[in-house]
Amino acid sequence: MAIDVRIPTILRSYTGGAKAVSGAGDNLSELLANLDGTYPGLRGRLITPEGGLHRFVNIYVNDEDVRFLGSLDAKISDGDTVTILPAVAGGAFGLAAAAAVLGR
Amino acid sequence: MRIGRLVAVLTIHREIIEAIVAHARRDHPDEACGVVAGPVGSDAAARHIPMENAERSTTFYRFDSTEQLRVWREMDDRDEEPVVIYHSHTATEPYPSRTDISYAGEPNAHYLLVSTRDPQTAEIRSFRILDGQVSEEPVQLVGESMDTMRSYEENGDPHAVQSFMFGQSPAAVDYECQR
Repeated sequence: MAIDVRIPTILRSYTGGAKAVSGAGDNLSELLANLDGTYPGLRGRLITPEGGLHRFVNIYVNDEDVRFLGSLDAKISDGDTVTILPAVAGGAFGLAAAAAVLGR
Repeated sequence: MRIGRLVAVLTIHREIIEAIVAHARRDHPDEACGVVAGPVGSDAAARHIPMENAERSTTFYRFDSTEQLRVWREMDDRDEEPVVIYHSHTATEPYPSRTDISYAGEPNAHYLLVSTRDPQTAEIRSFRILDGQVSEEPVQLVGESMDTMRSYEENGDPHAVQSFMFGQSPAAVDYECQR
């Protein structure tokens, strides 16, 4: 058995177009290291240079956001499904800030 | 007009635009957000799904991560994808902010912005956001015989006078300009 990992559209360039791949590891950190061995560069899209989970992505173990499970320390077992989704966020804050900077 | 393999026009039913604007008006002054799903590869905006703004903020939105997982799985089960991802700006123009651009993670989606800053006229603009590059595209209402850009429409609700303005208004500024 292995861990089933669901890949979002924007990251399928790293997996040869595959929507789902298999990985191994006892926690999220190990899983991402394992996946990066097979799909180089994938981990760098999920983890910041400082080593934290990137705020632009959501990662779930089964039905739970890993931010509620210890983030990169989230425990994973064979047979689990890990889903990666792009976080959907934004808003006018950046626009208002830019307008303020430009004096508009 | 195409951007790569993407069709650079958003074709959408008038009823869905009305529902999106109604959602944005309802949540004003907080930003509203949601999705219009459609069959994978069809570019057909078919099923409107209003989402919670987990931030409940006037200047920021974020899909609730648990709701997002449920909705994305449902789309997957139905062989759908997010054709449109929309949100409202409630005090500024409907143009993608730097935050919007940095988060844009669905390469096949039309990013639709609605401004509710004017109580009578909802401003509606659509964009493709790919690798940090923003391209505006026209909005084509299905079943409407009208020019898609700079059109004013009454929505037919006798209780709320509401008009729509599509595309860039003459007064809009491109804040991305470097000076």
